[in-house]
Amino acid sequence: MSLTVEGLTIDHGAIRAINNVSFKVGQGQLTAIIGANGAGKTTLLRTLSGLKEAASGSATWNGSSILGVRAEDLARSGIMHVSDGKSVIAELSVKDNLALTGLWRKDKKDVAAATKEVVELFPILGQRMNQSAGSLSGGERQMLAIGRALIARPRLLLLDEPSLGLAPLIVEQIFQTIKSFVKSMDLTVVLVEQNAMGALKIADQGIVLNLGSVVLTDSAENLLNDPAVRSAYLGF
Amino acid sequence: MKKAGKVHKPTTTRKRLLLFVLFGWLLLILGDRVGELELYQGSFVATYALAITSVVLLTGYSGQLSLGQSALMAVGAYAGALSIFNAGWHPVIGLIMSALIAGVFGLILGLVAARLSGPYLAGTTLALAISLPTLANQFPILGAEEGIAFDVGPAPARFGEDFSQYKWFFWISALASLIMVFFIVNLLSSRYGRTFKAVRDNPVAAQLSGINVEQLKVSAFAISSGVAGLSGGLLVMLISGVSPSAFPLSLSFSLLGAAVVTGLYNLKGVILGGLVLVAIPEIADSLVSRIGGSDNLTTVLPGFLVSALLILAVVFTPNGPGHLLKKHH
Amino acid sequence: MTQFITAVLTSLSSGAIYALMAIAIVLVWRSTRVINFAQAGQAVLTTYIGYTVIQRTGSFWLALVVAVISGAVIGAVIDRFFMRPIFKRVKSGPIVMIAPVVATLGLLGIIQAIIGFVWGITNQSIEAPVSTGGYKIMGTVIAFSSYNLLVLVFVAVAMLLLTLLFQRTNVGLALRASAYSPEIAKLSGIKVDSVRTLGWALAGAFGGLAGMLYIPGYFLYPNAMDLLLVLGFIAAVIGGLESLFGAFAGGMVLGFAIIFSTTYISPKLFFPTAFIVLIIVLLVKPAGLFAPKKSRGA
Repeated sequence: MSLTVEGLTIDHGAIRAINNVSFKVGQGQLTAIIGANGAGKTTLLRTLSGLKEAASGSATWNGSSILGVRAEDLARSGIMHVSDGKSVIAELSVKDNLALTGLWRKDKKDVAAATKEVVELFPILGQRMNQSAGSLSGGERQMLAIGRALIARPRLLLLDEPSLGLAPLIVEQIFQTIKSFVKSMDLTVVLVEQNAMGALKIADQGIVLNLGSVVLTDSAENLLNDPAVRSAYLGF
Repeated sequence: MKKAGKVHKPTTTRKRLLLFVLFGWLLLILGDRVGELELYQGSFVATYALAITSVVLLTGYSGQLSLGQSALMAVGAYAGALSIFNAGWHPVIGLIMSALIAGVFGLILGLVAARLSGPYLAGTTLALAISLPTLANQFPILGAEEGIAFDVGPAPARFGEDFSQYKWFFWISALASLIMVFFIVNLLSSRYGRTFKAVRDNPVAAQLSGINVEQLKVSAFAISSGVAGLSGGLLVMLISGVSPSAFPLSLSFSLLGAAVVTGLYNLKGVILGGLVLVAIPEIADSLVSRIGGSDNLTTVLPGFLVSALLILAVVFTPNGPGHLLKKHH
Repeated sequence: MTQFITAVLTSLSSGAIYALMAIAIVLVWRSTRVINFAQAGQAVLTTYIGYTVIQRTGSFWLALVVAVISGAVIGAVIDRFFMRPIFKRVKSGPIVMIAPVVATLGLLGIIQAIIGFVWGITNQSIEAPVSTGGYKIMGTVIAFSSYNLLVLVFVAVAMLLLTLLFQRTNVGLALRASAYSPEIAKLSGIKVDSVRTLGWALAGAFGGLAGMLYIPGYFLYPNAMDLLLVLGFIAAVIGGLESLFGAFAGGMVLGFAIIFSTTYISPKLFFPTAFIVLIIVLLVKPAGLFAPKKSRGA
């Protein structure tokens, strides 16, 4: 089970957002896509999850193409996208937010079990079950969004900027949690981040995106030690 | 997406004035050559074209969806009728009052409207369209159900004996509409007018670049109301009197439909829009008489044609027929 | 005193009918962000279907069931085969805001023309299943009948069922999620398009109910429901467009305002009252009485 992207090109209106991008994410690997604001990271993820159309190129998961497949069908086939920042439905309760990914699943016993696991992973959600999601803090919302995705028992997780707008301490906590459940659940993950340092620290592989093109692909460790990457993206 | 570096060649006001004078002169010559019925229908075309201009200005240029243009027309119509019938003023002053009073009314309404978004504005203007004309029933001075006369009188004697009433109607409605549209075209091509589009296309960016969005929306509402008011005055001139039933809700819908059919984003289509509104009942009639349909068919066909046209316009040329032509070139 | 009691009771039954239409409008607005003007056509069409059932079988109750079911079917068909293709075609430019409104106006005209062609444009009437003669209070006959009471009961039951559907079922959760955030719903694996069609179907059913309950006492003709649509829309806007309870409350506010102003001030104030109430509400709360508080951080 791997994600293979080849020659993917995506237009955003009249602007070419992603230009001829290729990469591969192996089973159980965590790949961090880093780059400045406007590098096209979010557009790339939105295309992989079926929210946006590609102009050309291919993307396959597990050998079958995922381009042109509707977002809800991709979600049901195990590709979960946690969209930018705090993607929760503010008007619904925490409980209802978590229930969304279980609505269509046949195995209700497993839904209950998965929900229990998520609450164990993020205990704060258990205390907030009947509050509206709009009343949560930024970090709690991020936990809720990730928790909702995990209840679907995904195989491929697409995470868009989980650190956005969070306090440094919370960011650290979120990254560590991601690292732990990715290993324990044997998930394949594409993590898009502006916080390059935090992302590369927990990633296996890193991809540097600039103005819609891949500039560098290497192991996360090498990228962390690459002087050019350090000065351009890590800030030291 | 905007093409960058598009050469902008402004038509000067003087050139445009020449064009409008030429067009008006052509219309008047044409008025001498056609029959009474055509003159009468032509007057309606001019009047509707003006009313559609008010819709294009408000909805197309300033992005405020109003379903209440018929109410603003009614305000103008009553203001004009009172000026002429009760105050005994000259018809020209009466028509100016139509535009002025409706404009002031629109200004007040616009202050409310600027706070409302999409469906809330649509709902408010819709409520206005059904309630305002019936309000006339409340005041004896407005003539209740029967309404009051709107009489511009015969053409001045110096135009000659055979200058008919219908030709006089045509002159008034065509000239009044031309002058008003000329004013609007100039306004829209001015620096001030171009900010309308900026606000419609991207209100946030416009606000950031220092445009007072709310003020602009209010002024668009006021100007559009003035235009609608004048067309309301002209409309009741053509039917010789104003009453609540002259301004049904369906009039608002027809105007919006005509504006969409002929292009919500340019003023060039408004004459075509007026033509469409006048022509459709005629076309329906001749269709029915040709295929020998029932009474039911005669009654429902105009509505069917207008509605079908509306849907086709939305599906095939959502940005107006002009846009379609541009795409093909 | 009897005048006051009568006014209260008629306000309730008028308000209940406005509320039904308001709910139909809110259901569509929540699911597709469209003000569905064609609802007046849909409701009048289902009422004509009900009228035909009554002609054939003589049963108002059977006609009511048929009208509600056909309302749901017609609503679903319109969304699936009319609105969805239009949304696909018209994606960009400022027309996006206006196109759906214009499309539903066009559809309204088409439906009304077809009705006029099939059933004719003359007035028909539907007999109420129970007495429409007013009750007697302290020797005076008031303008509130068994039929008005029946309408109230029907609207109450329909509201209760709808609330249960939305708050207690999985389908209801999918409906709410798709309304608040179609994107997150999709990413969670909910078939948002189907949920939207369901929203249209529910709205159509409510419109069908509103039509069958409204027409006895009035006449049935192709434009018979235009006024009810406008009042329902105003009620929905008063209630804030987003909330079903708001739609119900908006209908009631409008019912009370109209009946009281026409009873105590002047019968000619029917429409002006609707406008004045709307303006007052929107001046105080520009997004209606029960607009949900959005606390989205991002």
